[in-house]
Amino acid sequence: MSFDRRHFCVASAAFLAAPSAFAQFKVEISGVGATQLPIAVARFRDEDRSGQSPSAIIRADLERSGAFRIVDTSASLDETSQPSMGEWRARAADALVAGSVARLADGRFDVRFKLWDVVKGSDLGGQSSAVDPSEMRLAAHRIADFVYEKLTGEKGVFSTRIAYVTRAGARYTLRVADADGENGQVALNSGQPIISPAWSPKGKELAYVSFERQKAVVFVHNVATGERRAIADFRGSNSAPAWSPDGQYLAVTLSRDGGSQLFFIGRNGENPRRITTSQGIDTEAQFSSDGRFLYFTSDRGGSPQIYRMAVPPGKVERVTFSGSYNTSPAVSPDGKTLAYTARSGNTFRLSTLDLTNPGAQPVAITDTSDDEHPSFAPNGRLLIYATRVQGRSVLMTTTLDGKIKARLPSTTADLREPVWGPYGR
Amino acid sequence: MKPIQRHLLTALAAASLAACSSVPLDSTPVESRTGSPVVSGAGNAANDAAGSQTKVASVDVTSGSSMAASNLPRIVYFDFDSYVVGDQYRPVIEANAKELVKDPKEHMAVQGHTDDRGGSEYNLALGQRRADAVVKSLTLLGAQPGQLEAVSFGKERPAMQGENEEAWAKNRRVELASK
Repeated sequence: MSFDRRHFCVASAAFLAAPSAFAQFKVEISGVGATQLPIAVARFRDEDRSGQSPSAIIRADLERSGAFRIVDTSASLDETSQPSMGEWRARAADALVAGSVARLADGRFDVRFKLWDVVKGSDLGGQSSAVDPSEMRLAAHRIADFVYEKLTGEKGVFSTRIAYVTRAGARYTLRVADADGENGQVALNSGQPIISPAWSPKGKELAYVSFERQKAVVFVHNVATGERRAIADFRGSNSAPAWSPDGQYLAVTLSRDGGSQLFFIGRNGENPRRITTSQGIDTEAQFSSDGRFLYFTSDRGGSPQIYRMAVPPGKVERVTFSGSYNTSPAVSPDGKTLAYTARSGNTFRLSTLDLTNPGAQPVAITDTSDDEHPSFAPNGRLLIYATRVQGRSVLMTTTLDGKIKARLPSTTADLREPVWGPYGR
Repeated sequence: MKPIQRHLLTALAAASLAACSSVPLDSTPVESRTGSPVVSGAGNAANDAAGSQTKVASVDVTSGSSMAASNLPRIVYFDFDSYVVGDQYRPVIEANAKELVKDPKEHMAVQGHTDDRGGSEYNLALGQRRADAVVKSLTLLGAQPGQLEAVSFGKERPAMQGENEEAWAKNRRVELASK
């Protein structure tokens, strides 16, 4: 890690009042005291020729992460420049990125950049990549990942993918997009609802619930080839797929034996075996990333609450105690934080709970009232969720403390059921 | 016209509209390849993911829904957070049970629905519980379990759009559909 905490800047009131430089991403900042590293990302030389603006994409990525504050600049620099560190220090930037874009003879673009630690006056490295024109956004996300990792010591998630469902009239579409919501591609079109997409651990397949057979059926779908198979189509409803960490089996909710109960089932639909036997509803299973626990929603205690079961199936313990309606669990990759939806009156609010402290109280991290379906980024630093804004369902990302939120771009469709994919694209 | 029949007609109209909209689109696979690094700079975070596929192939399964026409009342409504079949729906249950008893070859899908508050999966389970309750009422009157399949659409197929008690009340329901 190149910057220690004293170089982090406490966000000032002046900054909070300033409009976002990148309105298209609608990054909202609330509260004070967020520790953010001030960074300048100069326009890449000749970037307009690529049809994209890698510097703007990098700035928006870094800003959305909550770990950075963007220092505006109109400086003309590229990766070969020797910027005056004193000058950048005077502008209160702790880090600087510059780069260039050049068209190669085969039609690809050579994208180069360099990152400087302004405080130490050192060169933190750079890269050059030959990029297909259609991959310019991905190249920019990868640069943002490089910068994020160099400056925070943690992996960035900007080049990962998300999946979500759009609904426009009677048309439902499962889409796969970049983590910033751009570059969306259609995985499945249907005239019937699609819910609960779940990425396989390697990010090659999506499990989801489709109603195309006039009932809830769980499918597994290879994203690159479009091949798909129904893995749970039993009598009654089949829903809530969750992949085991090794990708070999899934937890699903089946009503075939009466009630809604949890089962494990092989990735090709083999060997379904029931793992809960309550009189009530058991659903929305989620494995912890170490595979030791299965979190789920159950109303066995009279109201929906989040529980967890030891895996292999064993002891069950209740996890949420506050409030009378807690659903949609998501567990952070390090297993330390639970995110879920808590109802209070008529509001459904995204909340977090510290799992490392048995006496911890939940923290509501939004001020919206129809939050749904939280999902952690693979580095555990951001959550994506759906909520309602002005009567429309939209997707938001937020830092775990709720202080930095960004609304993902949308058109006229409702966007729902977001799920963040793994590393390794 | 009785309210229940009006709801039935609304549901039928909605179902036929859904059926009409089922025009499959061409599925055009979208392919893209990842750029490969040509030079590695001073950085050590080389693109280890370069070369992986980022392709997404599109699939279209658009198809219509069907609900057989019938003169029977087919909808039971529920109170908030409840799956108790109210006494006022006894005639609905009796009429359908009678038909199932009369014709053992008749099969019905019993489809539970909820209002749109809360998450999709928990609502799916609540709708399933409502459908299970209606199946139980029908079998108590002589219908055979094998004639009935309880399924749920959760909050995904509202009968009425809107964020108000009138819409929510119309959406908390079980529909009986011939199979």
